[in-house]
Amino acid sequence: MLLNKLIEASAVSGQEEEVRKIIIEELKDHVDSIESDKIGNIIVYKKGKSEKKKILISAAMDEIGGIVNKINSDGTLKFTKAGFFDERILVSKIVNIGKNSLKGVIGAKPIHLQKADERKKALSINQLYVDIGVSSKEEAAKLVEIGDYISICSETKDFNQNDIIKGKALDSRIPCHMLIELLKSDLDYSIYGAFTVMDKVMIFGSRCVGARINPDYTIVLDGTDNKLGTTELGKGPIINLKEIRAVFDRDFVNTVIDIADKKDIELQISTDENRITGADLYQIASEGSKVIKLSVPCKYVGTPVNLVSRKDIKALNKLINEIISVLGGNYSV
Amino acid sequence: MFNSELFEKLVSIHSPSGDEENIRDIIKKEIEDYVDSIEIDRLGNLIAKIEGTGPKIMVAAHMDQIGLMVTKIEDEGYLRFTNIGGINPYNILHQRFVFKDGLIGIVSKNGKADMKNLKLSDMFLDIGVKDKNEAEKKVSIGDMCTYLSKYQEDEQRIISACVDNRIGCYMAIEAIKSLKDQKSENELYIVFTVQEELGLRGATTAAFGIEPDIGIAVDVTGSGDTPDDEAFAIKLGNGAAIKVKDRGIVVDPKMKNYMIDLAKEKNIDYQLEILEYGATDSAAMQLSKAGVLAGVISVPTRYIHSPVETIYKKDLDQSLKLLVELLRDENIKELI
Repeated sequence: MLLNKLIEASAVSGQEEEVRKIIIEELKDHVDSIESDKIGNIIVYKKGKSEKKKILISAAMDEIGGIVNKINSDGTLKFTKAGFFDERILVSKIVNIGKNSLKGVIGAKPIHLQKADERKKALSINQLYVDIGVSSKEEAAKLVEIGDYISICSETKDFNQNDIIKGKALDSRIPCHMLIELLKSDLDYSIYGAFTVMDKVMIFGSRCVGARINPDYTIVLDGTDNKLGTTELGKGPIINLKEIRAVFDRDFVNTVIDIADKKDIELQISTDENRITGADLYQIASEGSKVIKLSVPCKYVGTPVNLVSRKDIKALNKLINEIISVLGGNYSV
Repeated sequence: MFNSELFEKLVSIHSPSGDEENIRDIIKKEIEDYVDSIEIDRLGNLIAKIEGTGPKIMVAAHMDQIGLMVTKIEDEGYLRFTNIGGINPYNILHQRFVFKDGLIGIVSKNGKADMKNLKLSDMFLDIGVKDKNEAEKKVSIGDMCTYLSKYQEDEQRIISACVDNRIGCYMAIEAIKSLKDQKSENELYIVFTVQEELGLRGATTAAFGIEPDIGIAVDVTGSGDTPDDEAFAIKLGNGAAIKVKDRGIVVDPKMKNYMIDLAKEKNIDYQLEILEYGATDSAAMQLSKAGVLAGVISVPTRYIHSPVETIYKKDLDQSLKLLVELLRDENIKELI
């Protein structure tokens, strides 16, 4: 199944190859052009029956993880983080390392060996290592190279009578999956699609996509949670009004809220997202773009156990289709 | 001659970053008879063009202002908020804020908030309702409000909220008007930019589209003339401030020296500005595409980002003169 394949593939920021291959393979026979740019973003064009405005829909491909930066004399691996996340989630996770998906576990000194004061503090990344089941540097060096990427394993599962999906990287792969399905469908209006790299490390492949396509309208798809608890799983997609540096286009936002209202699609409004995503960069690339960000509610972003609701995905799919038909028609803000 | 009617009108308009339509409409009406064309770009920048055959000069005056955005409505009807631009919790405590539709909110703090370390997350807006239901009839999550502005002037001073940067807008408008009878060969793009307070976002895209040879920002700067102030040699009443450096730009000495020479030649009082905090649209213009020769004319201002921003009329007058002389100066082409 495509969704599970996408979720379980590794695409730690900067090493999105596995996911990129799946997407290109899946789309190449359904779109008018598809290519991977110089830094690994996938840029797709799909012709519809008409094209009045340049519309771009974008989803990031990458996920949090680690990079091997040293092989210890005992054969364990030191690593550094790729992406912003809580280091406390790392202990005892099973991981995939490098292109051959070598298995390892993230180890640390067990509690019964820790001193009293060590037990009071969370382990920092410097105290952690990846254990690949060998006992010397020489053995390890045959299997691993410095710079190999580490992704955290997490089984994809359905919870609660299939409505809730549990898995890793859902905040990026669910949007990727939605965009793939959209690009495979018959479209009335031409759209550009972008699957971008390095979102989680704040380098933002989207910067280059925006500079190249220079779209009138950009819809960024994401997965998000909310610090104030004003949005919930299962209550419909989220429209994000603001990030740290960006306030998204007011008229475009109001139009989407109107569409949701008229078409009876549940929509949650969020303003307190304390981060920066590709949407920020799209807004100011080239001559600028009218940007909105739509998210599927996603719990526990930045961990390997994200939860999303299929109900929300369905509603967001419907909303995106409605928005495209309004944008592609005679709409102008 | 200071047009206080126009300035009072400009500071009374609600224009938080990201929702600048009201001020844009007013400025557009004010200038449309004086320019060759007007365009509004995707982000909402208002771009007025005065045709010419000489170098392309872009003037950036940001028309947005700092404010608050509602993030959550509590059961008791109080509103939680986040900042739009640089908001200091101590500046906003117990101030009046106004929403687009005129609704007034008072900013206060949780009873247990630590006054030594006041945070926006410990503060709320009181809009005078009894509960969440009643509040939801008046505001929605995402609504923005700005300081309620009380305009005052005397012979020397102007005091108001959002002098930052309606004073830049005022200067750009007045420059456009006075250039009508003093045309030069310079090709002018006078841009009223959006979202400066969020990180120079409007100027970034406007400069990309315009590709100017020279970029001039008009904005406020701070002052170092109040008790126990840091070393900052800007004093209200000493004239237009010519920017040397701030957190976003080191002005090319070529541009700085040009401005100094021009001020001397035209008998304009000036002072040199090295600001240790903040940045202006000049930073975005300087780094646009293959680079732009950029500078800034600033108006010295006390109490920036408070509801009582204060400037001296004399400094405004001198800054405006410098701007007009620069825009009509045909020798400016020798800089590029």
